[in-house]
Amino acid sequence: MTVRKNQASLTAEEKRRFVAALLELKRSGRYDEFVTTHNAFIMSDTDHGERTGHRSPSFLPWHRRFLLEFERALQSVDASVALPYWDWSSDGSGAWARSSLWASDFLGGSGRSRDGRVTDGPFAAATGNWPITVGVDGRTYLRRALGAGGRTLPTPAEVESVLSMSTYDMPPWNSASDGFRNHLEGWRGVNLHNRVHVWVGGHMATGASPNDPVFWLHHAYVDKLWAEWQRRHPGSGYLPAAGTPDVVDLHETMRPWHDMSPADLLDHTPHYTFDA
Amino acid sequence: MPELSRRRALTTAAALATAAGVPSALAPSARAAGAAGHRHGSPADFDEVYRGRRIRGTSSAAGGHHHHGPGYAVFVDDVELHVMRNADGSWISVVSHYDPVPTPRAAARAAVDELQGAPLLPLPSN
Repeated sequence: MTVRKNQASLTAEEKRRFVAALLELKRSGRYDEFVTTHNAFIMSDTDHGERTGHRSPSFLPWHRRFLLEFERALQSVDASVALPYWDWSSDGSGAWARSSLWASDFLGGSGRSRDGRVTDGPFAAATGNWPITVGVDGRTYLRRALGAGGRTLPTPAEVESVLSMSTYDMPPWNSASDGFRNHLEGWRGVNLHNRVHVWVGGHMATGASPNDPVFWLHHAYVDKLWAEWQRRHPGSGYLPAAGTPDVVDLHETMRPWHDMSPADLLDHTPHYTFDA
Repeated sequence: MPELSRRRALTTAAALATAAGVPSALAPSARAAGAAGHRHGSPADFDEVYRGRRIRGTSSAAGGHHHHGPGYAVFVDDVELHVMRNADGSWISVVSHYDPVPTPRAAARAAVDELQGAPLLPLPSN
């Protein structure tokens, strides 16, 4: 059974194997297919049109399914690997340089100021192992700007304020919605998920954000927050239930897989558990 | 897909408006068609040099080939930048997708900041 662990508690060996599996997916070309899929959904999900991956109730089940697909790909390389999660609320935004996440034996650090280029770690361009091929511009090196401009990560209190919202989602089921999903996604309110993308900067701030491996650790934690929300609000379920134009209802299957509906993805435990 | 057919209708209306010599903004029929999907009118056109690069925005939908365009196209050095309008009227672009700004001009400037001189690649044509 897959156990998703806090990245801060991974052993050196677990980090090494996770990184090696990422590099192998990249080498084989499979990694970039995930980047392409994400970017296509980012560009086509609109507030007043069909919306599936983002700015809609299915943001959470869509990313759960997307991460499952990615985790299975990793496990096809190394069956011992599970996606770790990054609890950005406890990682200390002002102290990222001391976080093991950004150390050179794991994801590497921030980009240099001149061009945002990440220069250490396994994903630095100089290794030759991490060419950026799916993006909106011709720059082929991984970029970051951690906490640039004095930006901060969400605090535990801000996470708590969103977890306390008892309604999953509300009309108009988009970036203007009130409720848990949109506050977690970040288009409204204290802003959790979106803000983390912006805080990392570089590729993470773009539609091709999975170019940065931290994408998976970020979304694994967003996914864990959904599980935590379900635990706190056992009487609240996914909404909308049925008959909503342009929006994925509870029992409708999701593109691009067409094999699972939000209802099929509400319970993560058939697929993986968390360390805590 | 309803979104596609609506956009096709919008594009056709805009093309007709252009052919009829209607300047800049969409013709009333097109604006009415768009109002179902977008609460606000189309923002003003702009054309300026920002940090050494020409940024341009136009409500002429015929000029762009968005995937799901808002009837408004933005260009950086004449390459189209994919932009999107949020329900609250704010804007994002594909290079700054999680950080809404108030106007398409602000999205274009944010893109120039992010690009640090790199040329945009043309939008995929699918």
